[in-house]
Amino acid sequence: MKRQIVLGLALSALAAPAMGATAPSAVSFAEGAVAGSLTGTAGNPEEGMKVISDRGLGNCVACHVISAMPDVAFQGNVGPTLDGAADRWSEQQLRGIVADAKKTFDGTIMPSFYKNEGYIRPGDAFTGKAAEGELAPLLTAQQIEDVVAYLLTLKE
Amino acid sequence: MKMRILAGTCALAAFALSGLSAVADPADDTLVVNGEIQMITHTDKAPDYIDGLSEQYSGWHFREADTRVMQADDFDNPGMLGVEAATEVWNAVDGSEGKACASCHEAPESMAGVRTQMPSFNEAKGEMYTMEMYINECRAERMGAEAWDWDSSDMVNMTALISSVSRGMPMNVAVDGPAQSYWEKGKEMYYTRYGQLELACSNCHEDNYGNFIRADHLSQGQINGFPVYRLKDAKLSSIHNRFKGCIRDTRGETFKPGSPELIALELYVASRGNGLSVEGPSVRN
Ligand code: HEC
Ligand code: HEC
Repeated sequence: MKRQIVLGLALSALAAPAMGATAPSAVSFAEGAVAGSLTGTAGNPEEGMKVISDRGLGNCVACHVISAMPDVAFQGNVGPTLDGAADRWSEQQLRGIVADAKKTFDGTIMPSFYKNEGYIRPGDAFTGKAAEGELAPLLTAQQIEDVVAYLLTLKE
Repeated sequence: MKMRILAGTCALAAFALSGLSAVADPADDTLVVNGEIQMITHTDKAPDYIDGLSEQYSGWHFREADTRVMQADDFDNPGMLGVEAATEVWNAVDGSEGKACASCHEAPESMAGVRTQMPSFNEAKGEMYTMEMYINECRAERMGAEAWDWDSSDMVNMTALISSVSRGMPMNVAVDGPAQSYWEKGKEMYYTRYGQLELACSNCHEDNYGNFIRADHLSQGQINGFPVYRLKDAKLSSIHNRFKGCIRDTRGETFKPGSPELIALELYVASRGNGLSVEGPSVRN
């Protein structure tokens, strides 16, 4: 028990949000939207593009088609296309959807990317083993901001 | 070979042009194995006790044309090598009692129909038994031989042999009587959103079959084709191994093959496929 607590602390120190970032449990949603930046540092759309297409990061294209990324192979269609997302949603709404889509779409299949508790049998990444200690959210606060910055470029 | 190249190009072209919808549906195709075994790979109606499915599709419909073709002829189906290996084992004496499977069961064909009812409640043992468990019961208690590990090649090959002699017959597991409590538990698991991605079996295989998740064309996750020969792994894979992998892919803590949880889940998932033909060993990517 003692050992586990120590481990938990060690991990949470590792996964600690960068200076000034809002912790996952402290994010406040208003009708699904998140008003302010999670980090205070402007998002970088180019980084966001990487997060969206990389299998090891957001892998958003597993479920969404984005025509502006023709080089990204095998885009899935479980979710709607993200073309024109910035015409349909405000920055605040997009931040809320990416951080925790279930606050906007009740019961959606879309994973919650900025959350680190409330799971059933969470694993240690894709090893199939039980997670130990405190979990890191799927994306960091800055990655969420980067993704939002990229989504804001998707206008039709 | 030629065919495979063609099929590949068509699929990719359709992908690029259509924005996916054209290739997102289950293939409109029928499966006849060796020119004689007619397979029911699609029905217009799932059993009444399955709320979430109106029609049923075998996973076969969701694979590429070249993979589908492989399953239509035993000479092309690499899973049949496992069946052959198991046929030798079937006839080989093993264990302290000096017996082979054949000593009690004669030819493997005597097992026709068995796979359609698996898993089933074992009255003598008072619990739900999968095919693996019945096989090990024979080995340990009747042959005096060592039990096989769940995912050992001996075990998976033997389940392939026993499935192969039921090919074409409709799955028909019992869900009532002593099976009911297992079925309820399996159903609850099917709708539980596991792991850090919070995904239930139903999210992928009920709500989204026919859609693509990245490069994967989602099927209904039926188990009538098991064991399946997975081209990716170049070997036969058990039902529980597949379940384990799907839960791992939710960034979840999996369950062990042979665990009470996966046995209950197997019964429930089998019942979702009641009416589809036994296909095992089938071919998947
Ligand atoms: C497992 C599937 C899945 C993944 C992965 C996923 N989404 Fe979604 N997403 C959905 C679904 C489904 C919806 C539609 C909401 C609903 O009805 O459930 C959606 C909706 C959205 C919307 C609103 C769409 C619109 O234009 O109306 C945005 C924006 C979005 N997702 C962005 C993302 C981003 C960015 C990522 C990755 C960081 C991501 N999604 C990952 C399934 C997914
Ligand atoms: C993240 C999405 C996802 C989830 C959640 C998921 N699966 Fe799967 N499953 C897949 C993919 C992808 C495949 C391979 C393509 C296919 O057959 O659908 C697959 C294949 C299967 C197959 C093989 C079907 C065949 O004919 O070869 C079975 C059986 C299966 N899943 C059962 C389950 C069960 C039971 C659960 C819940 C414990 C589950 N899956 C959860 C994505 C998922």
